[in-house]
Parts: sequence; C-alpha cells; structure tokens
Amino acid sequence: MKTIAEINEKIKKGAAVVVTAEEMIDIVNEKGTKAAAETVDVVTTGTFGPMCSSGMFLNLGHSKPRIKLGGGTCLLNGVPCYTGLAAVDVYVGATAIPDDDPRNKVYPGGFSYGGGHVIEDFVAGKDLRLSARAYGTDCYPRKSIETWISKKSVNEITMVNPRNAYQNYAAATNSTERVLHTYMGSLLPRKGNVNYSTSGELSPLLNDPHLRTIGVGTRVFLAGAQGFVSWRGTQFNTTKPRNELGVPESNAATLMLTGDVKEMSADYLRAAYFEKYGVTLYLGIGIPIPVLDEDMARSVSVRNRDIPVLVCDYGVEGHPAIARTNYEVLRSGKVTIEGKSVRTASLSSLAKAREIAQLLKEKVASGAFPLAPPVQGLPEHSSVAGLAIREKAK
Amino acid sequence: MKEKYILEYSSAVANDPVIYTLVRRFDIKVNILRAEISPGEEGSMLVELDGEDGSLADCRDYLASIKVRLAPLSSSLTLRDDACVHCGSCTGVCFSGCLTMGPPDWKLAVDREKCIACGLCATACPFGLISLKFGE
Repeated sequence: MKTIAEINEKIKKGAAVVVTAEEMIDIVNEKGTKAAAETVDVVTTGTFGPMCSSGMFLNLGHSKPRIKLGGGTCLLNGVPCYTGLAAVDVYVGATAIPDDDPRNKVYPGGFSYGGGHVIEDFVAGKDLRLSARAYGTDCYPRKSIETWISKKSVNEITMVNPRNAYQNYAAATNSTERVLHTYMGSLLPRKGNVNYSTSGELSPLLNDPHLRTIGVGTRVFLAGAQGFVSWRGTQFNTTKPRNELGVPESNAATLMLTGDVKEMSADYLRAAYFEKYGVTLYLGIGIPIPVLDEDMARSVSVRNRDIPVLVCDYGVEGHPAIARTNYEVLRSGKVTIEGKSVRTASLSSLAKAREIAQLLKEKVASGAFPLAPPVQGLPEHSSVAGLAIREKAK
Repeated sequence: MKEKYILEYSSAVANDPVIYTLVRRFDIKVNILRAEISPGEEGSMLVELDGEDGSLADCRDYLASIKVRLAPLSSSLTLRDDACVHCGSCTGVCFSGCLTMGPPDWKLAVDREKCIACGLCATACPFGLISLKFGE
C-alpha cells in the first residue's frame, strides 16, 4: 500500500519508478502484480484522438470605447463564438463553422475551417480576425469592432472541454449499400470496414476502470499543458456491464478537462474535418496513474485482449451493436463479423499516444508533473437519458 | 515485368482502340484498373502493363508517338507526411494496400506501387493531407 503523498515524496527525491502503461504489461508479465506494485510507483497513459466536445473561453480585453459582446455576435476568422456571457468573454467550440459554410445543404458540404481550426491557430500563435457587433449601452457604447487578436494580445484563454477521454468508445461499421461519412470516418458499404478510436491498453480511463485515482482535481496532460479534471464529463455512464477486470464493455466514464491554451503545443492538438460530417479537434491527453496497491497494478497492466469492444452498425438508427470483440483483434487488422473477415482501421493515433505517455513519464519522473490527488471522486452511479420529444409542457 | 501507369490522352485519340493495339502489336497484357473520360473527351486510364522488357519499351514509344502521356503512378498520390499524425483513418479505406499501419511503430507506411488512384484516402484524411491527381 502506498499513498499519492508518499509517491510524490519519492518523486521529489528522484527515486520514483515511472513507466508507461505498455511497459507495465511486460513488468507484470515478468514479476507478477504483487512485485510490480512494490516496484512501480506511477504508470503513464496517453491518447490522441478526435474529441468534438472541446472548446475554449477567451477574455478579449476591453477596447476604447468599450463594447459589450454579450447579446451581440462575435466572429473569429469568420467562425461564430458564443457571446451570452459578460462583455468580453466568449466561448469557441471545436465544431463551430462559419454561417456561410455550405454545410451539407450543398452536398458534400465545406467544413474547411471551423472552431477546431480557430483553437489550433491560437495555439500556433497566429493572428486571428475578430469581427463583432453589439447593440450598445450607456456603459458599453461601441456597436462594432474589427481587429486582429492572438494568444499574446488577449487575457485568459481557458480550454474547458465538457467531454473528453471516453472510456471505451464502441467501434463502427456500416451495413447499408452506400458509403457513410461519419465522425467514425468513412464507413464502406456492406460492412466493408470497421473503424475504432482508442489507444487501448494505453488509454487513460481503461487503466483505472473504477476511477480510484482519477477525480476532480487530478492533474492531466492536456495538449502539452498541465490541465486538470474539472468535473465528470457529460454522458458519464456507470451502468455499462464490466468484465472480470472491471473494464466496461462500451462507452462509460468521461472527463471534463480544463487547461491553459497559452501553454498548449500544436504537436498535441490538431483541427480536423471528417468528410460530410464537419469540423472537430484531435486532442492529446495523458494521465499519470499512481500504483497504490496490487489491485491498481492489475488495472494498469490491462492488455488489448482484456478490453472488450462492441462493433456498432451506423447504418441502422440507434447504432445497435452487431458484434463483440476485443482490441487485440481490432489491432490485428481484421475482425470476423457474421462469418466475414472485415478490415479494421484506427482513427486515433497510437504513435502519438505513445509519444504522450513517454513524455509524461519523463515529466513525472523529473518532478515537473507532480501527482494531484483527486479532491472529489467521480460519480459511482450515473446513467444517460435520451431526449424525449413532447408536444406540451408538463 | 509489370508496370503501372496513368495514361493521359487527348480528345484526338479518345476514339482510337489504343489498348487493342497494345495487346495485338506488342503482346502486352493490359489490366485496366480505372478509366475516366471527361466531357471534353480528354481521358485518363490507370493500367497495369505486363510484358517482356523490350516490348514494354516499344509500347512506351508507341504511346509517346500518338501523344499519350505516361505518368508513373507513384506521382499521382501526394501526401504531406510532415503533418501526418498517424491516426490511420486513410488505411481503413485503402483496399489496394498502398497505405498501411501496424506494429511495431504504428506509423503510416506508403507503398506507392500498390496505389490504384481510387481517391478514397483523400476524403478519409481528417487533416486534408492527401491529394490525388487522376484525370484532371
């Protein structure tokens, strides 16, 4: 038994043993979970994949004369921001697109530039065009403003992502007769391929399936910056069946993450667009997991073959699961679905996930990334409701 | 030996039985993998030519003489690999086996000889890093 405080003390002395989740598998294979729990102090994880529910708050600073954007409109490089806040606070969401984007009204849409690109351009230090309109008040008389801003000119830029780092997102296929263009990539007709999005045995929430060490206040690697778990992620779900290792069989826990965009790196954050779907943001996330005891050693040595995954049919409303497999099979490049061998491909980058876990390992070992114990755990009971369509108010 | 080319021809030869000539005169096995003809009757054809070295050379001379341009297939696929994050999205739609990813490094590997210029990868890449030149 170790505590996070004891592990932090060892880190300070330069005596902590920090390994990546992939390295931990070999250590446990060799020494067993008991010895591994005694030897290893921290296991680092990583993931780099598309996370639509991401965005950032910006405080633009006050102009002379002042303008109140609240209730007005604000565009950054043509991308609309949410303005329903105080005078110069706005929020840019990753999936926002300009009003004049053809969308799918003019198939196959545009999506060449959106909120994800605005975020990426800020991180890269570029100048962005600010174009805003307001109604004018006695205290904020200005009614319009056109200028250029960058991460150097504005006050805070705080990333606040309502849902990141999904614990075990289901894989996707397509039973229809045409190509489906989805957030799970291009899905070829007649179950022509299966796409999945995870770093599997390296994925943060799959290494601590019961979230014993991850909660509100946990320090995380967020796109190169030190961020924090600020709350449970949206659609947080504890009702999914778990296997004997406690790993949920499909989409379960999620995290709300916060971090300083000015400290982020373009190496771990990238705007993207999925054909005929829209704009999103690829984000790199890593979480160091303290190996408190033998149970934790078992959790952080989870292998791809221990992680169950459902394959869902995006050709049918509700995306029902039509097959059950594991990540070792998906990583092999082929999976058998209804007797037919189907090609598999990943949407998230394992190469980048490994880079993040490795970098985080070095940061934790050097003392630059101390472990932060959660100040509050994430919910033990939480389910997800659908959206009912009602004619009348109750 | 086998070679893959994109034949680019003008409207002047669009109605000529070029492939027939390759087979009859030069004893070439022709596998047409993709063909397109534009409204202006310029066309592109992706072919695999299989024959003796000498006859392949003669066949290239003949095509040049009738102003059919032979573009090596490897030049049709452009990938900005410095910006690639190795996500793997393109590999899911690449049936020819040109774009693959796997152990040990899980980085994108490109075997241009296998490309059939289908173009699916260009739309599958979430970062718009791939473009394909075929029939334009």
